[in-house]
Amino acid sequence: MSAYRYIGRGRRAKEHPRFVTGRGRYVADISLLGMKHIALVASPHASARIAAIRVDAALAAPGVHHVLTGEEFCAHTDSLQIGVDAPKVTRWALARGVVRYAGEWVAAVVADSRALAEDAAELVEVDYQPLPQVVDPEEALEGRILVHPEHGSNILYRRKFVWGPVEEAFAGADHRLSFRASWGRSATVPIETFGVVASWDAGTQILDIWASIQMPKYPDQTARALRLPGNAVRVHYDVDVGGSYGVKRGIKHTVLAAYLARRLGAPMRLIEDRLENMRGGDMQGPDRVFDMQAAFDRDGTIRGLRIRAVDDVGAYAGRSPLQLGKPVGAICGPYRIPAIEYEPVSVMTNKTPQEAVRGFGQSPTNFAIERTVDRVAQYLGMDRIELRRKNLIRKDEFPYLIPSGSTYDSGDFHTVLEKALAAARYPELLVLRDQMRKAGRLAGIGIATCLEPSGGNSAFEVLMNPKNETTTWMDSCLVRVDLSGSITGVINNSSSGQGHESLVSTVLGEVLERDPSTIRVVRADSLTALPSNSPVGSRMAIMLGGATAGAAKRIKQALLAIAAHNFECSPEDLEYRGGDISLKGVPSKKLSWEALVEIAHRKFHRLPGGLEPGLQASFVWEVPTGGGLPTADGRIQMYPCYAFEAHVVLVEIDPGTAKPSIRSYVCGHDCGVMINPDIVHGMTYGGIAHGIGAALYEKFAYTAEGQLASGTFMDYLIPSAMEVPDLTIVDHCTPSPLTEFGQKGSGEAGYLGAPAAIASAVNDALSPLQVSIEALPMSHHAIWSSMKERA
Amino acid sequence: MSATLHPIEVEVNGKKRSSQVPARLSLVDWLRDELRLTGTHVGCEHGVCGACSVMLDGEAVRACLMYAVQAHGHRVTTVEGLTKPDGGMSPLQDAFCETHGLQCGYCTPGMLIAAQALLDANPRPTENEIREAIGGNLCRCTGYQQIVDAVRLAASLVK
Amino acid sequence: MKSAAFEYTRAASIGEACELLARHGDGAKLLAGGQSLVPMMAMRLLRPAWLIDINEIAALKFVAAESDAVRVGACTRQAVVERDSALAERVPLLRQALAWVGHAQTRNRGTIGGSLAHADPSAELPLVAQVLGARLLLRSSKGKRTLDAASFFTGAMSTAIRVDECLEEIEWPVWRESRTGSAFTELCIRHGDFAVVAAAAQVALDDAGRCVRAAFGLAAVGQTPLAFPKLAAGLVGSFLTEDLMRAAANDAADACEPGGDLHASAEYRRHLAGVLAARALREAHEKAKAA
Repeated sequence: MSAYRYIGRGRRAKEHPRFVTGRGRYVADISLLGMKHIALVASPHASARIAAIRVDAALAAPGVHHVLTGEEFCAHTDSLQIGVDAPKVTRWALARGVVRYAGEWVAAVVADSRALAEDAAELVEVDYQPLPQVVDPEEALEGRILVHPEHGSNILYRRKFVWGPVEEAFAGADHRLSFRASWGRSATVPIETFGVVASWDAGTQILDIWASIQMPKYPDQTARALRLPGNAVRVHYDVDVGGSYGVKRGIKHTVLAAYLARRLGAPMRLIEDRLENMRGGDMQGPDRVFDMQAAFDRDGTIRGLRIRAVDDVGAYAGRSPLQLGKPVGAICGPYRIPAIEYEPVSVMTNKTPQEAVRGFGQSPTNFAIERTVDRVAQYLGMDRIELRRKNLIRKDEFPYLIPSGSTYDSGDFHTVLEKALAAARYPELLVLRDQMRKAGRLAGIGIATCLEPSGGNSAFEVLMNPKNETTTWMDSCLVRVDLSGSITGVINNSSSGQGHESLVSTVLGEVLERDPSTIRVVRADSLTALPSNSPVGSRMAIMLGGATAGAAKRIKQALLAIAAHNFECSPEDLEYRGGDISLKGVPSKKLSWEALVEIAHRKFHRLPGGLEPGLQASFVWEVPTGGGLPTADGRIQMYPCYAFEAHVVLVEIDPGTAKPSIRSYVCGHDCGVMINPDIVHGMTYGGIAHGIGAALYEKFAYTAEGQLASGTFMDYLIPSAMEVPDLTIVDHCTPSPLTEFGQKGSGEAGYLGAPAAIASAVNDALSPLQVSIEALPMSHHAIWSSMKERA
Repeated sequence: MSATLHPIEVEVNGKKRSSQVPARLSLVDWLRDELRLTGTHVGCEHGVCGACSVMLDGEAVRACLMYAVQAHGHRVTTVEGLTKPDGGMSPLQDAFCETHGLQCGYCTPGMLIAAQALLDANPRPTENEIREAIGGNLCRCTGYQQIVDAVRLAASLVK
Repeated sequence: MKSAAFEYTRAASIGEACELLARHGDGAKLLAGGQSLVPMMAMRLLRPAWLIDINEIAALKFVAAESDAVRVGACTRQAVVERDSALAERVPLLRQALAWVGHAQTRNRGTIGGSLAHADPSAELPLVAQVLGARLLLRSSKGKRTLDAASFFTGAMSTAIRVDECLEEIEWPVWRESRTGSAFTELCIRHGDFAVVAAAAQVALDDAGRCVRAAFGLAAVGQTPLAFPKLAAGLVGSFLTEDLMRAAANDAADACEPGGDLHASAEYRRHLAGVLAARALREAHEKAKAA
């Protein structure tokens, strides 16, 4: 039972009524007078020089206003930002002389309707001179064919970190093992594609942007690319985003649409269709091969890990290479491993570029770590759970400093694991599995214990690019109480289903002791907004929750100051209850909420000196534990708060067809105090579903010629309600000492452990055949091929 | 090519709507762009995601796979038409709010249509029947768990 | 993904549809359920100059039981056929197969004839037509003709329908034997997806349990759906032992020519063919015994 009045209790979400009645306001719902539509011309080649582009036929087509090519566009806008130090790896929305992946945009057609723009796009003639392409990342590492010749190699980033006594650990341990695990290229693929509407007002010289966006520093990067001052760009955050889970960074789409809006003096709409989105939206996820080595003793103690992670980011990069850096903050997982060597390598190939995906690289890393743990158990003939129990950091060891420099704030991993096993009825599950095996079926139980770093201290930015000394990861909230006594909270970012309006109203209601259902939550735009780093890195429960609480406390302080002044006492003599304030012990001496509000707004003569009139407060704060720079050997505090999940899964594989089915799924979850438990559970269920997709179904598959073979929903297989089984979540709460209410983040929950758990289960199911699969997705075909090896 | 406009008369959410449409205009685009019923969403335009689901003569169909001209003479119900005449939420819409059967809301209108069509034909569905009825509606936020809960709740409320 | 422009007519009758087909030749396509056609138009893989909408022709929507067959109008919705219990009793394979066809929304619009005319080698209804030896009635302004399924399916996505012909109705044979059982099984990656491999089987037993009639086939392992009448004939007279059924299934798997794609290699498909054909036979046998 929650210790709080509103926090931690079930409540309907504020956002939902408009969505269930079809009154959401997504970017494609926005219609501006005179708005024009953009369609793209995309390269069919993975690598080619553009010899010529002829646009006459397209320009002459009905309803067409303009055809823009890279020649003009790249001369008048600046290259988009890249997260690592690679100034020669330039990138624009339109190709500049050369195309580097199949699907790269070469020209943009502007017409009166999307259909007419598509008609005209077919009439644009492009002469390509195909160039050699490199599609395999190993080959790309060799560098014979360069994606960006000016950069000199295909390697965007490479470093070997050595934390702790790695040599000694490997030399001194009883045993060693090594193997390779691969995480296939997939992404969280929201059902709404990316879209942007841009409008330039020549009168006010303001660029208005509405977009389906989830991106830090989006207005700033848009302005910079367009060579505009920051205060010329107004991003409207009150656009409902139809899911993002990391990927909706749309900076190239935005600069393109905005440029055209200014150029042609008309509002522009660019909504990706699904084909554009899959191939040219630049929203694919990590594509990573891990070479793992473990050093361990016969009693199961893991002494050290060596991790080499090669990630194929595609032909261009934004923040994507940084997804190799974030896992540094949890590089040993939830385990007590004192020596880690980590060698991340970010390499380019002629494929669609990657973008940030839920977890920012943590899920692939958790998968690799958990496969290693399972293999150590198998090697020693030790129970996988026992091995974990032995190596998991214990409750009494927190705060726990890991070799790469992050301190884990709190946790009780053993209890969460026990709760998950109990909820899964583990002993019965084992019996069931063995019965299934006796009946000739393949059945396996999967176990995964993983961390979800949360809070968004994106110190991987400066870790991976010392020239980028950014250490500020803030968020904010503005709270207003108006003359009628109604409360309004203002959010400074867009949301994509995380329930931030519910979060803010719950926190405000809790601190001010007012009913959350009476609290309004609205959004600023980027010209009126307080600083925000947007909902990434599982940070908003912590950061927005904390900022909201901070602002609410300032309001409460102001109210107490007013009452103290009017009662001629000190604030310590007062009792605040439900917004009313009375003198302790003298209940008749009371000022109601309404009366206090009136004084604040209208009765200056009763306002204490120094207090601003009105009743409003803002709060901007830095992420807890943030502000530090990395050491010379790359140690740094990454995210502040560590949530934990323990998955227990039963999988059955049809021995005839190799079809995998998930029969039982339990997830134990500890993210500290949950402000809105229903919302947290919802995101966890969704994260598990994303994980099921990555583990069994989803892959951006490329041919040897660099063509995307799974570019529609017929081939890129997103799990439906028939593939995702009934899911059970069992909660535990180990509060964070770093946050207002003890909350940790949970936006990535489920996704960070599910692929590891399902891989564990499939491998357990295949173990009687003495075969294994260490590559995701474990498609039907991959499972069958693996089974065949045995025969 | 064809600039021909075809006259259509379609009953949409109980109201007769008349229009002149090019043949290639999809039903979902007509509903959204001309009638401004933006509750129905576009997700893939090739008949897989189900976000565009509407009811045609009471049965769930994908509005991206029909042309508006084909709806002439038929009855279309969109998510906006699920609310009660007084503007209040239907039991199903309310159930979705109660069980948190949504997050970003993008797949939700299609889910509601598919689920309502199920309940109209089968007021006491099993869990498997619920999952199958929404099997053609993809969701990336919820993992379907609380959506199934919502449909089950709505079914239990209707006597 | 907006379709390229096209001219459109809603045909009021079969006659009108045929007239339009004759006039426009291969510049026209019939629009029935649209579940296969419209995605291809949205992706601009198809851009017919004319679409002839046959959805409103009442004469193409019917289910009529006869003594030896059930006649189904080509534009009958798959969902209507799926719900028809009398039809399910007489041609059980149809309902069994339709359980694997897409999702509710697909079947509410998709038509029986549309799926057959589209002739996707991995589709469920063409397999049932092939296995049962359905007869397809084709109409043109010149008259009509009937083809059996084996002649109808000529290749991947291709049939013997002439450019001026419209599929009008399909005759599904009814087995009169009292102890008849049938089964349809499929390996698809997600529920409702295209079949990686599908198998259908129908057997009839006498009172002693001896097989007196058999038919089975496979989809997605050749250019057309494949029936194996010779192998099925080999089962007649036997007691349909496990060994016999498995041997027939393996022979069928050896005889097919599957292709490979993103989701399955040819080898995997061949393996699945043997496994699924055996399962279909087994299940059909169990149902026949219980009948």
